Amino acid sequence: MERIKKFHLGKTRREKLITFGLVLVFFGFIEILQATGNLSNLLKGQLVPICAYVVMALSLNLTVGILGELSLGHAGFVSIGAFTGIVIAQVLRPAIESNGLLLLIALAGGGIAAGLIGFLIGIPVLRLRGDYLAIVTLAFGEIIKSLINNLYIGLDSKGLHFSFINDNLRLLEDGKKILSGPLGANGLPRISSFIGGILLVLFTLYFLYRLLGSRLGRAILAMRDNAIAAESVGINITRYKLTAFTMSAFIAGMAGTLFALSFSSVNASKFNVDMSILILVFVVLGGLGNLRGSIIAAGLLTVLPELLRSLRDYRMLAYSVILIAIMLVTNNQILVHWWTQRKKDLKGLFTRLRKSKQGGEG
Amino acid sequence: MSFLSHLINGISLGSIYAIIALGYTMVYGIAKMLNFAHGDVIMVGAYVCFFALNAFGLPPVVSILLAMLVCTVLGIIIERLAYKPLRAAPSLAVLITAIGVSYFLQNGALILWSASPKVFPTIFEGTIRLFDGQLTIGLTTLITIAACIVIMVGLTLFTGKTKMGKAMRACSEDKDAAILMGINVNRTISVTFAIGSGLAAIAGVLLCSAYPLLQPTTGSMPGIKAFTAAVFGGIGSIPGAFLGGILLGIIEIFAKAYISTELSDAIVFLVLILVLLIKPAGLLGKKTVVKV
Amino acid sequence: MERLVPTPSLGVIPERDSDKPLILDIHGLGIDFGGLHAVEDFTLLIGRTEIAGLIGPNGAGKTTVFNLITSVYQPTRGVILFDGYDTRGKRPDEVCRMGIARTFQNIRLFKDMSVLDNVLVGMHNHIPYSMLSAFLHLPSYHRKEKEARDKAMDLLGIFDMQNMAKWQAGSLPYGAQRRLEIVRALATEPKLLLLDEPAAGMNPAETAELMENIRSIRDRFGIAILLIEHDMSLVMGICEGIAVLNYGKIIAKGSPEQIKNNPTVIEAYLGKQEA
Repeated sequence: MERIKKFHLGKTRREKLITFGLVLVFFGFIEILQATGNLSNLLKGQLVPICAYVVMALSLNLTVGILGELSLGHAGFVSIGAFTGIVIAQVLRPAIESNGLLLLIALAGGGIAAGLIGFLIGIPVLRLRGDYLAIVTLAFGEIIKSLINNLYIGLDSKGLHFSFINDNLRLLEDGKKILSGPLGANGLPRISSFIGGILLVLFTLYFLYRLLGSRLGRAILAMRDNAIAAESVGINITRYKLTAFTMSAFIAGMAGTLFALSFSSVNASKFNVDMSILILVFVVLGGLGNLRGSIIAAGLLTVLPELLRSLRDYRMLAYSVILIAIMLVTNNQILVHWWTQRKKDLKGLFTRLRKSKQGGEG
Repeated sequence: MSFLSHLINGISLGSIYAIIALGYTMVYGIAKMLNFAHGDVIMVGAYVCFFALNAFGLPPVVSILLAMLVCTVLGIIIERLAYKPLRAAPSLAVLITAIGVSYFLQNGALILWSASPKVFPTIFEGTIRLFDGQLTIGLTTLITIAACIVIMVGLTLFTGKTKMGKAMRACSEDKDAAILMGINVNRTISVTFAIGSGLAAIAGVLLCSAYPLLQPTTGSMPGIKAFTAAVFGGIGSIPGAFLGGILLGIIEIFAKAYISTELSDAIVFLVLILVLLIKPAGLLGKKTVVKV
Repeated sequence: MERLVPTPSLGVIPERDSDKPLILDIHGLGIDFGGLHAVEDFTLLIGRTEIAGLIGPNGAGKTTVFNLITSVYQPTRGVILFDGYDTRGKRPDEVCRMGIARTFQNIRLFKDMSVLDNVLVGMHNHIPYSMLSAFLHLPSYHRKEKEARDKAMDLLGIFDMQNMAKWQAGSLPYGAQRRLEIVRALATEPKLLLLDEPAAGMNPAETAELMENIRSIRDRFGIAILLIEHDMSLVMGICEGIAVLNYGKIIAKGSPEQIKNNPTVIEAYLGKQEA
């Protein structure tokens, strides 16, 4: 896959700075719009979800683009992060005044819960290959959705109450329901803020770049490139796959918390296969292994349909065509070859230009 | 008696899964790809049959044949346009493309026929009463089981006796060797898609006769479950698809009846995961060794 | 050529290694693939600094022996003692950490990564910094990464490949790819290096150079090398002990001189001569 080949471990400092800069410029641009009152309500409501989708795409890129394993159950991890974050936020709300601190704790909790589940699922699942792994992650995503859809959680002065399938919470009079099965969670504190979202995006980028610059990142890329060779030089494949998968789930969980706490109500059915596929579309469109691409794709594809409401019905249709087209083009040997040649020509041209400018023979 | 009734319903549902699973298993065996869009071909088949019956008032047999024809052509087109250019591509690329095709069919159907569910007409009317009326079996149930058996026997004979069937088996064993033996691999793959898609149309009609709500998403869940069934039985194996389908149908109906309706899907998926973890090659599958 | 001395199990090792423990001690090794005895009753001893050869006609089971030594396959019968430790039940990566490194007959580089990164991946288990210092870029991270890079460049120097460090591994010429595989294997700091047809596809001049390289690798790192090779000039030129495999069985063992004149070996290679 040409898009994978373009991705190199030794990402230059400049490349990374451009990506960070892109996020900061976007942040500044929105802040200016907001300060001058030019920000439409429609876009305002999308700011936190955009950040959440960007983080989801980045986290899935770790599994699909960098590790090279197709996961179709990413929404499951997002969902675990979302509902763990909700419970934490609801329980701690009376005790913590600062929304920022509350969000931080909820994010950490959501991420850890999702990471833990990712770890537990990863142990058996990552032994499988390719298509089987994809279908099993899809199955896990559906199971998680089913379980949360049947979960009831309530809080009263005696503490947390759980019940499953039927609503048997038996709360005291001062109690309130946090999660009511298929009806989901209602009356949420909308503590996710745009700045919180941007900070999470920056944290995720920092985390992934540092991961890739380490020996662990090298090992993960080597594994994807040639698993048998990686094993032959002493890399424990199972362990590093599991590490990457767990990290991916951890980040997805935080994205879920951020996402959920930007709405006043959320239910588990929202985190279905469609969401997993949507995140996959962001990743594929932005380029497998290309972090900046994921950010741009997730950002644009979240905003555009909102802006072009008339096109909304055709959105998923367009996505599907885009998916197919990208795969056909990037895997077309003739096109790929043509493009590599053109790039070489361009490079040669620039070098010659530079040399002629310097007037020497270099 | 309710146990027996659940069992029969389970076998009937399992028969539908088995017919769908055949499409997955044959394509996987030959093209080594998971045709994620197979479930949505079922949905298209059901819609074609629905409109043939309702809008054009065609007789049931003609409607079903028409649905099979449309699906067969659709299957061949999908293979030509989306999958054939990716023969040499990594499996991740092929799978993502297949997901793209699946979403294309679903959302195309959504735009063409809207999201509101259509009520599928009853094709096979009548019931049979046994044990002094204590056990009632719908005609649809019986026809579904019978159709499944006929298809299984037919396909087994086809792959075992005919030239094309033998070519298919050769391709699934070793594509390169098949080419050297003068087998037209591209044509064989096309025929496999054609057969799988034609069967999908039958499955679609049977599915909607049993559960008469037709939506653009109707095919996706049964599709995924049928893939589960194919994996359960051992992917690439025709008897495996039959066995896996029937067992999965029984498990699902029993889970609905005795455990929980809400959790029945979760239980079915749990079975898939357990099977893959304990016996990754499925019940009747072969283990493959990676060459170093 | 140094004199070889017999050991109790009829193997031979160089005299200089005879008072040191064996690096590899394989006894009665066998593996079946569905009824077929792919390797049968395979016995081999290798001294600590020996260069040994494993030869035999195509399909004799040579690569299978490598896969057994590196735990890619688990043996059906027999014992492999590496440096005195049993490798049974170990995963390939564990065997590598014990000190066995290999190259592959059909080259398996990390094609999309740079030449330098290929070597750095080989050094993976010898770059000691915590993930914490990697995430925070603590001084230890920078120091250890720099050390690793310097050492990787040094290893590339064995084959004068420093100038290719930034190239994409998959774009290297064939011969350079084979050499890079050897460098990557050396980066794991092995005690035993297994080379699967290192000279395949090389011209006589390149092969002669490779011979010198292999010998100097042994001298510099003081390791044992076992190689599979069809090029008899290379095998006879550098190997101290040679084992000949046919139909999964050892048919002859000894010094190059002994092998050259062994009638069974000649028959295996040329077929039975009609008188």
